[in-house]
Order: sequence, then structure tokens, then C-alpha cells
Amino acid sequence: MAIELKMPALSPTMEEGTLAKWLKQEGDEVVAGDIIAEIETDKATMEFEAVDEGILGKILVEEGTEGVAVGTVIAMIGEEGEDMSDAQPSQSAEVDDVPGEGKDVGRDQSEAEITKPAAKPKADDPEIPSGTNVVKLTVREALRDGMAEEMRLDDRVFVMGEEVAEYQGAYKVTQGLLEEFGPKRVIDTPITEYGFAGIGTGAAMGGLRPIVEFMTFNFAMQAIDHIVNSAAKTNYMSGGQMRCPVVFRGPNAAASRVGAQHSQNYGPWYASVPGLIVIAPYDAQDAKGLMKAAIRCEDPVVFLENELVYGRSFEVAQLDDHVLPIGKARIMREGSDVTIVAYSIAVGLALEAAEELAGEGIDAEVIDLRTLRPLDREAVLTSLAKTNRLVIAEEGWPTCSISSEIMAICMEDGFDHLDAPVLRVTDEDVPLPYAANLEAAALIDSDRIVKAVKKVCYRD
Amino acid sequence: MAGNGTNDRRGNLPPLSLHVPEPNFRPGDAVDFSHIGVTEPGAQPRPDEACEAAETHPLCNDLIRVLGDDDKAHGPWDPKLDPDTLRRMLQAMATTRAFDERMFRGQRQGKTSFYMKCTGEEATSISASMALADDDMVFPSYRQQGILIQRGYPLVEMINQIYSNAGDKLKGRQLPIMYCSREHGFYTISGNLATQLPQAVGYSMASAIKGDTRIAATWVGDGSTAEGDFHAACTFASVYRAPVILNVVNNQWAISSFSGFAGAENATFAARAIGYGIAGLRVDGNDALACYAAERWAANRARANAGPTLIEFFSYRAEGHSTSDDPSGYRSAQEREEWPLGDPVMRLKKHLIALGEWDEDRQEEMDRKAAEAVKAATKEAEKLGTLGHGMHQPFETMFEDVYEEMPWHLREQCEQSLREKEIKFGKGDPK
Repeated sequence: MAIELKMPALSPTMEEGTLAKWLKQEGDEVVAGDIIAEIETDKATMEFEAVDEGILGKILVEEGTEGVAVGTVIAMIGEEGEDMSDAQPSQSAEVDDVPGEGKDVGRDQSEAEITKPAAKPKADDPEIPSGTNVVKLTVREALRDGMAEEMRLDDRVFVMGEEVAEYQGAYKVTQGLLEEFGPKRVIDTPITEYGFAGIGTGAAMGGLRPIVEFMTFNFAMQAIDHIVNSAAKTNYMSGGQMRCPVVFRGPNAAASRVGAQHSQNYGPWYASVPGLIVIAPYDAQDAKGLMKAAIRCEDPVVFLENELVYGRSFEVAQLDDHVLPIGKARIMREGSDVTIVAYSIAVGLALEAAEELAGEGIDAEVIDLRTLRPLDREAVLTSLAKTNRLVIAEEGWPTCSISSEIMAICMEDGFDHLDAPVLRVTDEDVPLPYAANLEAAALIDSDRIVKAVKKVCYRD
Repeated sequence: MAGNGTNDRRGNLPPLSLHVPEPNFRPGDAVDFSHIGVTEPGAQPRPDEACEAAETHPLCNDLIRVLGDDDKAHGPWDPKLDPDTLRRMLQAMATTRAFDERMFRGQRQGKTSFYMKCTGEEATSISASMALADDDMVFPSYRQQGILIQRGYPLVEMINQIYSNAGDKLKGRQLPIMYCSREHGFYTISGNLATQLPQAVGYSMASAIKGDTRIAATWVGDGSTAEGDFHAACTFASVYRAPVILNVVNNQWAISSFSGFAGAENATFAARAIGYGIAGLRVDGNDALACYAAERWAANRARANAGPTLIEFFSYRAEGHSTSDDPSGYRSAQEREEWPLGDPVMRLKKHLIALGEWDEDRQEEMDRKAAEAVKAATKEAEKLGTLGHGMHQPFETMFEDVYEEMPWHLREQCEQSLREKEIKFGKGDPK
């Protein structure tokens, strides 16, 4: 059977070249490694070697031909004795160019309807039995309890990071863990986020369940290569052979008076990466239940906390093993006039705004996304279908944000339900200033949410 | 001028200037490697494997060699391998060389987009890998195909990956040559340089935390030691005495940047170990016996919880960086011929002949069989398609393995894409 010789690519970017010279002629015997032709590009001259052995049967492109496209069949090699005089490269049939569709083979011109698949049922939060004892816990304590419960259940789980052991965490989230679990499972690291993100990624590949604390996610900027390029892609790039079940956690977004470099919301950054799970809870119950889910997850998780919320107390049901579903939003307040979608600290602001709006006769529904990837589109669209108006509140920059994503979802799949344009309330599009007055002016607040809601309700 | 009058401290010194490294030889230059300190084989001491790290530090500025010009093994680093083991080593090297030759030409034929040879550096992966246990985890860079071949990974699987065809175990997701095999303890290769270093350290730490016995070993080039990852890995390996081996293959060239741009003019790469207080060895990377002996020493040390080792394999990249590279534009073609440490395959062959355990006829037979085995594997792989031609991975695999369980939004995308494809192309998988 004849073997086609194609115009080779010297590099992945080469598109065409000159067939400068044939060093073998029709009828010549070639063996693997023989140089049969010289190819020229604007960058270099390349010797073209034979891979297979046989007889150079037919030369299809004469020497001296310029602009020969990569992949063009330039000659045929046959076995000894094979008649190659009429050999032709195999050709695929020319197809018509369908306007707007490119050259698609066998395109059915009928107006085939691409129906939307039925929405998949998603797990709901587990029931909290009536009569369950409820205690007040700070988010800080809830996060710690979530980690400690999982560490008791699974000895593969350990915590590492700067100041997590003796100092109990820069924000005291790992309080008491060293005492209970000892220095082999609560590990102080050298000051290199890049280093311990890589170590955690490697340890997860090695069968453990690391919880990697970043003192803040601002410092994880130098670790982002391990998170995005290694952890998030391990399962995929290994063809499903390897896993990287690691939790990267720490405070995210603005705190108070910590300036431009320490006040950034990385939710949209990580939420754009396939392969990562991104969680950003608001209250203590969710922080604990989702922390437990994150640690049990086979995928790498970025768990975004908020320093200003660490100290807030919330009611938490005292349950043995309350694990929340990842990818499920929560209706924090039911309402019928407008939907406010928020996550993390902005949920508190949205609830404040809803209270104020209630006094003015506007009944707002507040949705806490809780997970940023995968995002609960269904919850957003269901609420929009009910209220027909939507505002997103996000403590972060406006451009390419979670707000942008929610707006896209509303346009793609909720357009018919919209009675007003969707609005977003975010921080100003500037690095966060340090001075108290400027900081307050740059950050989202509940007044701005109220204003936006009134606008979409045509009440301003 | 106003101020405190300290400007005159500059005196009449000339303006500040920088040193920009320049390689010794450029294209067309006559090559003289006499500045490379080629040491006496057998003259280097071999400390106890559990010694204090500092005891190894003189070896960081030495060069451990075993095979002499007389083709015999010398000194305390002679691993005293039996002839069968040596022949297996030679076999793996011959196969690797034949594989590189054919795959390189296959790229020129458009069967894949990219390939990288390891010619001249075979001992740094094959001999080193033989010194490890088969289930020790390796975190390679992109020029350690010899490890997979030494560990018996089927050639046809390697070619399927290179062709990204229907048989590709990585499902058409990775660049050619970025192999991965859990079963063969070969971690998926990262295109971002040096990330495998802290990951190998982390893996080895996990192994220790679990009470496992497997160590980890990782390979990186001389150029990539400039990455922060290298230094973070050394810090962690040192602080926690991780059971890991950090192999630096100094092949003198990072694409067109010579090793001077990674600091080689000022210190050896092995000498990085001194600053971190870990064991360091500098080894003739073209001496298969020295490579084996050093890696074995480091493996035994790691297994005994005596700490990590940084090994510099001093070698030479005999070919271009990759199929996208033409080294004649930046270095003298004479370098390869003049390289004072010879060729690792030739040296091992001559050693076996000197032992009376091998001859040229058997070598020729081995090379011929290796080429045939590679050719047969290529033919078999081509039945499953080459890049962009013939069979490929089922379309829907694109959406798999992003997460442990396919999330609803990917399931929806996948179903929708399949329906659109069916409308356009009808049932079945278009070629």
C-alpha cells in the first residue's frame, strides 16, 4: 500500500514552505533516515528524512515550488514492485460552504431545534431535624470545627501554612488544632506560598488530604500557578489517572485598612478555571458544612473566607455530621418583588438592604450563591422567574466579575422573565485606597444596593 | 549640590556596568573544552549514605566518575553491577535512542506536532531510574522518556500519546511526550517548568506522613533551577528532611541560553545543596555507572530517613532542544564532537566489551532489534491514527475528568454539543 509523504512542518506555527530540492528521484529506493528532499522556510532549511522504507513512486510537487502548504501530499512511497505511476493522494470530497457555519460536512439544512436538556436535580441541604439544639458560633469557630471534625474522621487530613500551628493562625482560624492533632498534622511552613502550595499539591497527589491555609489570598498570587496549572488540571491531564484533592483556604477580599495589595477578591479569578471548585460562604452554618464538603471533595477546592466576617456570630445547629452540597445556592430571605444575588460578605449587606427596602414596601428575595464554581444557575433563574427583577451585590471589582457572569446567565436564559435590566453593585474599579474615608467610598455598601434595587423596580 | 556631601564617595570610579554571560563558543567557532575539569575516575570519596550532609559538600565541586578511558570501572563509586544488569541498561538506552530517532522523523512527517530527543543524556534517566525501586514515584521533566522505557511502559502507549490518537491513555489532552502512567509511577509532565520539584517534595512528605516506604525523585534542567520552585523545593526538602531526590540534568543548554544564564559561571548546580544544608553530588552524567551509583546512594539515604539529596548530572544536550529548534544558529556544531565526557551509550558498550561480556556484533544486533521494535510499535499505533488523521478520542471525553463527577453544567454542554454534532454530521463519529 502506498504511503503518502506530506509537506512537513518545521515548527507548529509553520504554514507553508518551498520544496527546494528533491534528493531522491522517482524509482529510487529509500530507507528510514534517508534524506529525500530539502525544504526551505523563511527561518531555516530543513532536511526531509524518510520514516518508512520503500520505493519513491511518484513525486507530486516539483522541486522549486514555493508556498507549499503544510500537509500537502508531495510524494508517494510504495513497496517494491508496486506500480505507482497513477498513484494519487486520497482526497476528501469538496463540500459547500454553508453561510455562517463554515464547511461542515453533511450539514442538514433543516431547522433542527436544539432543545434544552432537562435541568438535573441537585442535592438539597440535608434536613435539620426539629428540636435540634442551636448554638451561637462565630464563623471563625465554625471553620475550625469543620476542619477538626474532618481531621477526627480521616487521618489523611492535615493543615499546613504560615503560622497555623503555634500561633493558631494569623486570624486564629486554626485555634486549638495543634493541641488536639499535634505538629505532624498541623504544620507551620517556611514563608513561601509558592512552595507550600506546591507541597500541598504534591501531598494530595501522594494520597493525603491537605488543607493549605494562605494567610490571605492576596499572598496566594505567587502560588496561583500550582492552583491553576497543576491542581486544577491533574485529573484531566492525566487522563483520569491521578487526583489532587486539596483545599486551599484563607481570607479573601477587603478587610479594614490593609491597602491595595491586601484587599482583593479573587472569587472571579478562580471561578473562571475549569477543574477548580470555588466556595465562598457567608454565615457560620454554611462555613462549617461547606468546609466539611470541601475536605471530602475529590477535586481541588479554593475556599474563600472573609476576615470581616470571621468574628460574626450566627446560629448553628448542633449536628454530628452536617455536610452541605457543593454547587447549591441558598435563599436567605424569600421575597416576591426583586432578587438580590450575593455571596460572602455582600450577603450581609444584601440582607440589610432587604430590611430597609421592606420598610418602603419592596419585598426582596436574597440569594447566597455559596459556591462560585459550579454556579447554581438554576437558583438564580428560578428566583428571577418569580420576581422578574435582579440586582447582584458583590464586594469586588465590576469587570469580568461574578456579577458579569450572573448578568450573562440572565441574558442567555432569563431574558423573557426580565422586567428591567439587571444591575450590579460592586466596589469602585480602582485599587482599594488605604485612607478610611476613601476606602469606605470605594467599597460596596447596603445603601448602594437599595438604590440599585429601587432603580430596577422603577421606584427611584 | 545640596545634601550631606557624600557624593564625593564615588570619587572618579567609572560608571556602573553589568556582566552579561556569553557562551564560550558560537556557530563556526573552534571548540576547546579544556576549561572543564574532567576528574580522575575513581578518585572521588564515597561517604556513608547516612553521613552528615556537609560531608558530601566537597563532592558538589568535584565530579564523580567511575568509567575510565580504559573502559573499566574504578573506585568506591563503582556500583559493581552484574553483566546482565549492565546489558539491560544498555538495552534500554538503545531502545530510547531508536525511539527518539523514529519519533523525531515522525514529527517531520506530520504525524505529531512536537518531539524532544534525549540523545546524550540517556544515562541521567535510565541508569538513575534503575537505581530506584520500580514503585518509587518519579516527577520527570520532558526529557526523561528513558525512565518509562526502563520501567517497561509499552512503546506503543508512548506513541499513542505522541500521536494523540484513539489509543491515547491521556485522551488527547496533553502535549506530545507529556506522558503519565500511574501504574509505572510516572507523574504527568508539567509544561510549566519546575512545578514538579515542590510537588515531588510534597509527595515524598506525604509518603513519610503515611508511613509508606516509597520515596520520590524528580528531574529538572539546569535552566529551570532559576525558577522559584527549585528554591522552595530545596527549602522544604531541607527543613523537613523529606525522602526525595532532586536531580538536576545540566545539559549546558536551555534552548539557546547556555547554563551561564542559570548561574553556572559562578557556582556548580550541585553547590546549591551547600546553601540549603542538604547532601549534594556532582556526577559525570555520561557515565552510566556513576549515574546509577549516585542515584542509588541518594535513594538509600532517603529510605533511611537521612534526608534529601541534590544531584547534578553534568552532561551535554547533543541534539536540538526540540523539533522546533535548530541549534546551528546559536552554538558551535563542534561542541558535540568535542564534549570531553563522551557518549553514555558508547561508554557503557565499551565497558561491557572490556569486561568480555559483549561485542560489536551483539551491539549491532541489539540496535537493529531496537529499531525494529520501535518500528513495529509505530505501525501498531498508526492503526489507531496519527495527529489529526484517522481515529481519535470520542468527542465527549473532552468533558470528562474535569471533575471527579461531571457537574451539571458540563453534562448539559456535553449533551448539547453531541446533539449539535449529530444534526451536522449525523450519527457516528466523523473522521
